Amino acid sequence: MTRALLLAILLLWSPPALAVQPDEVLDDPALEARARTLSAEVRCLVCQNQSIDDSNAELARDLRLLVRERLVSGDSNQAVRDFLVARYGPFVLLEPPKTESTLILWYGPAALLALGALAVVVTFARRRKSTGPAPLSDEERRRLDALLADDGDDNGRPA
Amino acid sequence: MRRILALIPLLAAVALVAALAWPIIEGRNPQELPSVLLDKPVPAFDLPALTPGEPGLASSDLKGKPVLVNVFASWCAPCRAEIPRLMALAGEGVTVYGLAYKDDPEATRRFLDGLGNPYERIGVDRDGRTAIEFGVYGVPETYVIDGNGVIRHRHVGEVTDRVADATLVPLLGELAK
Repeated sequence: MTRALLLAILLLWSPPALAVQPDEVLDDPALEARARTLSAEVRCLVCQNQSIDDSNAELARDLRLLVRERLVSGDSNQAVRDFLVARYGPFVLLEPPKTESTLILWYGPAALLALGALAVVVTFARRRKSTGPAPLSDEERRRLDALLADDGDDNGRPA
Repeated sequence: MRRILALIPLLAAVALVAALAWPIIEGRNPQELPSVLLDKPVPAFDLPALTPGEPGLASSDLKGKPVLVNVFASWCAPCRAEIPRLMALAGEGVTVYGLAYKDDPEATRRFLDGLGNPYERIGVDRDGRTAIEFGVYGVPETYVIDGNGVIRHRHVGEVTDRVADATLVPLLGELAK
């Protein structure tokens, strides 16, 4: 019991594993917050599906330091992004910028959804318009009435 | 007419699969990125030499004739593997410059003493900042720079015989004209 409790406490106590090393952190908390936000948006090109904020790669560390240096020297967030894109291309941003070549990426799914919705609407509209089964003729109506009126003891079963 | 219209979704699906499969069939490595600096002048840099008294490497050295700039480090295995190939290129008259990426100069010297030194000039980029200017994201990388100091090609990874014979040598020959 004590052991389980101890384990639980230790597990709850464990701090999240951060790639950002203490010596990288800026003294100014506002700048550091901006650096963290930016780092989360920048792709680590070594392990390509991680941000530099998450990655332990050497290059990620160098880029984290570079981002902080540029912020300290007075760059805006956009200026830092532009600096990285000028060297590594738009791929360095985890969220691809909206340009001509990424139009399909950004609006493709919505366009497909709209097309699908259109197809559904058209199909249903057509189905409603098409006439259902033809109404009963007079002869059929008479036979139906006769059958309904003949409430015999056959329980509706065929003879 | 109706029947042809009914085929459209099938054709669209086939086209989509073909478009997605094409890069795989072509053998394109999705991790390999095109350099954004292609056909742009090399970034400005001025790096110290590996050994005092020897020339370092600066962007101004990359003008006059087509050269190879090889980004390497003693701690990188493919760099070790490609040194003989670079030596052969240097022997054929190709000018090869080296950019020692994030490496202890002592380790770089030992590395080259053991394997041979294909580099006419070496710039020591200890903090890797010049490499970042080039958009380097892993060593080794090899750049073909033309006589005007413009980046014409980037090869990521080891310079194999195939890369040298099929890409680097023909391109250098073309640029030398």
